[in-house]
Amino acid sequence: MSILSGTSVQWQCDPIGDAPRVYFANHASHLDFVLIWTSLPRRARRCVRPVAGRDYWDKSPARRFVAGHVFHAVLIDRGGDASTARLSLARMADEVDEHRSLIVFPEGTRSRDGEIGVFKSGLFHLARLRPEAELIPVYVDNMHRVLPKGECLPVPMLSRVIFGPPLGAIADEDKQAFLARARGALLQLRGGHGAAAN
Amino acid sequence: MALLRTDVMLLQLFGGVVALLVAATAVGAGLKRAVTAPDMHAMVDNINARIRAWWVMAVVFMASVTTGTAGSIVLFGLVSFMAFREFVTLAPTARADHRALFWCFFVATPLEYYLIWIGWYGMFTILIPVYVSIFLAIRTAIAGDTERYLERTAMTQWALLICVYFVSYVPALLMLRIPGYAGRNASLIFFLVLVVQLSDVLQYVWGKTLGRRPIAPSVSPNKTWEGFVGGVLSATAAGTAIWWATPFAPTQAAVMALLIALMGFAGGLVMSAIKRDLGVKDYGTAIPGHGGVLDRIDSLCFAAPVFFHITRFFFAH
Repeated sequence: MSILSGTSVQWQCDPIGDAPRVYFANHASHLDFVLIWTSLPRRARRCVRPVAGRDYWDKSPARRFVAGHVFHAVLIDRGGDASTARLSLARMADEVDEHRSLIVFPEGTRSRDGEIGVFKSGLFHLARLRPEAELIPVYVDNMHRVLPKGECLPVPMLSRVIFGPPLGAIADEDKQAFLARARGALLQLRGGHGAAAN
Repeated sequence: MALLRTDVMLLQLFGGVVALLVAATAVGAGLKRAVTAPDMHAMVDNINARIRAWWVMAVVFMASVTTGTAGSIVLFGLVSFMAFREFVTLAPTARADHRALFWCFFVATPLEYYLIWIGWYGMFTILIPVYVSIFLAIRTAIAGDTERYLERTAMTQWALLICVYFVSYVPALLMLRIPGYAGRNASLIFFLVLVVQLSDVLQYVWGKTLGRRPIAPSVSPNKTWEGFVGGVLSATAAGTAIWWATPFAPTQAAVMALLIALMGFAGGLVMSAIKRDLGVKDYGTAIPGHGGVLDRIDSLCFAAPVFFHITRFFFAH
């Protein structure tokens, strides 16, 4: 099928793990999480839930349907105060407790040029709260050209999803060091693959 | 009756291809057993991967040619789509080209093949060089980003020309009306594709066994004079040998096959130059052992339009 869809998938970790996983990926288009979701093995797909911004996905009935019924997304409030952030975090932690995996985009918004932006702190707090969850870096390549922010029709260029080795467990790091390490894992996946995008 | 004769001829040609592939598979298996030097393993594995992919490509090609005009148009339409996709993925397009590219994928490409489906010769030959070229220049200007405007526009236009326009000449062979050859045009497609691809394979084989002097080392280190001469001459011989399936006399078939092989070589060379310019080795990874779709059809790009127009000029009415 990959010859038609134009997406290739690379695994640098076991596609199925025993522990619940947090897939954290760079974000450039609305198709990112569809792409990650379809790249997962069927078994892993059944128990994975993408984390998405409520402000966007709760806006129209169609979006609500896609988020709620197709992908079973965990909708969280963006840009609220500390208590909403805590609430969002608690809901993500609940999913991990239920032995489900999550797909998160730590940049919090879509990149315009494919560059990987600064990570927001949610990933750090989740990692501290639920150290048993495996953190899997996922690099999504070229999607900023397939469906850039602000466009509604995709151009079917070739793209690639790379699942990296699990991020080492959180140690005595402060927030900045941990987030830099997580972002570095994505940058490394980007650097390590062959020439695809310019 | 004519239809029956076509089918028998095509079946004979297909039988030849299957025999070739069986022989190649046997040689590949023999190589695998005979070659023990560790540094040669990668090459032998690559050869076997190529042969396996050839089986798939040959079966898809023969199945679509047999299903007539629709099959050929769908096959080469998809080939164009995938080749164009590989090209623009590598080409440094800008954010402002998004909509223009959308038109190329979903309007220009299907339209080109639709025109061939309805047999509108006068429009299919000018759609992309005239109308789409003008449209793309305007659409990209309207998008407003003038940084590298000339380069970006030229890139998109050339990508469409190579991947869509030139490739669409392959199924367009079906619309040629050649006296005494009605209903048999599928064999023309077969003749073209066989000679082009055989020339590629034979250039590789001659080059690997006898190749010494590179032709254009900075463009393609694997192309040698020995491979070029050996490949072109043996592909010409093969094309001549199946003259009976074409509207050509044996000498005419030889000249046509020579022309196809030469244009095939030229196409491969030019597409290699583009790859070097873009800094990649292959256009993609769609076909195991071969690279991308565009890597496989690079030699078809120039051969198809030239073969079409020469045949049309001298043989069609």
